[in-house]
Amino acid sequence: MTHILSNTTAALPGDGTRRGPGPIAALDPRVRVVSSVAYGIFVVALDNLVALTAALALSLTLLALSRLPPGRTLKRVAMVDGFILFMLALLPFTVPGDPIFTLWGYPASWQGLARAVQIGLTANAVVLALITLVGTMEPVTLGHALYRLRTPETLVHLLMFTIRYVEVLRQEYLRLRAAMKVRGFRPSTSWHSYRSFGYLVGMMMVRAIERSERLLGAMKCRGFSGRIVLLQDFRTTRADALFALVLTGAFAALLTLELMLR
Amino acid sequence: MHIVDGALSNPVVIGGAVAAVGGIALGLRALPLDRIPAAGVLSASFFVTSLIHVPVGPSSVHLILNGLAGLILGWAAFPALFVGLVLQAVFFGFGGLTVLGVNTVNIALAAVIVGLVFRPLILRGGPVWAGIWGGIGGACATALTTLFVALSLMFSGDEFLAVAHLVFVAHLPIMVIEGLLTGFAVLLARKVKPDLFLSMKEVEA
Repeated sequence: MTHILSNTTAALPGDGTRRGPGPIAALDPRVRVVSSVAYGIFVVALDNLVALTAALALSLTLLALSRLPPGRTLKRVAMVDGFILFMLALLPFTVPGDPIFTLWGYPASWQGLARAVQIGLTANAVVLALITLVGTMEPVTLGHALYRLRTPETLVHLLMFTIRYVEVLRQEYLRLRAAMKVRGFRPSTSWHSYRSFGYLVGMMMVRAIERSERLLGAMKCRGFSGRIVLLQDFRTTRADALFALVLTGAFAALLTLELMLR
Repeated sequence: MHIVDGALSNPVVIGGAVAAVGGIALGLRALPLDRIPAAGVLSASFFVTSLIHVPVGPSSVHLILNGLAGLILGWAAFPALFVGLVLQAVFFGFGGLTVLGVNTVNIALAAVIVGLVFRPLILRGGPVWAGIWGGIGGACATALTTLFVALSLMFSGDEFLAVAHLVFVAHLPIMVIEGLLTGFAVLLARKVKPDLFLSMKEVEA
């Protein structure tokens, strides 16, 4: 996950005001959240490899429509695949079935390979759709959309504060790391290193809680009484209806594929 | 530690989602409105610290620190860690969508259990004892999370048995490191700001 913490790019995108170009960005955020959840549940329910490949193709189409940089996004998704690769690589050996080949006395089965490919396709299709539909949103907009979708207010506020402070605390983390570096700290596998990292984490927490006290003081002085009013409103347009229609059509096509090839 | 979409069986996914909703509801109830800023800032700091890479021999691991989250936030760790997982899934593609519930329970339930068991111990003795208990708590949280991950895989099918074993063994060194770091973090926090570990409710804001 180092790429997230590189010093140049922000941890979370945007400041809550910008609105990107492209057909996906023009859609109602609520529609984007709901359709990505529906899409996730639907794709997870699919079993057939052809249908899942078609779903992945659909996700790639969404990616193309979203105007995200395709190279970087795919690289990020591929990196996540790296984490699950070892699990998928084991599956052919643990699922019984017709053997493909034998490795150190363990037979690999076609059925296991199919299961591994199935999981890989599902995971990538869902995550890609999630990143393109919801991940392209401003984090703050996501909070407002969830609120309009009747997510409990407390949870939305918690989300909003987290979004707001991730970048602030990341800057603080980088400052603390810089301070350690100028004092000659070099991470290694040693007691001293782990103690320093532990103190770093502890210091982050102490500073976080103290920051939150100042924050609450500032909010109270502006009349905060325990409730934040979320004013952003959304409107569905014909584009949203069209998108929902196309997506339903795509679901129907995927379902037909699944049922025909069963 | 994240499980992806498509791997788990439907009962596990649905069970996880239901349990996560319950846990989040309990956590939100434990969170009075004027403690939300504190919980949010702490949630953000857990998000940031979980991106720290700690060297282990030639490789490096990133931290979970759910034990520390449980010690500081108590039940509120449930919604706080859930928020972190949502942001990770949506903006970085880590984990998945339908498995959000299971992932939340695996990480947050371990945090809450450690918080309930070890927070009284941390508040009782001196800072050094607090650090030792915190270290044990941190290691326990990782162990519990790994156990929960292994269980969710095992309940989903026998084919994951080997993977579940491997997940557990692979996380043994991470448990040690989580324990060490949590221990030192608790030691420092107990010296500098002891009321960090008071329940979110008890602290006078």
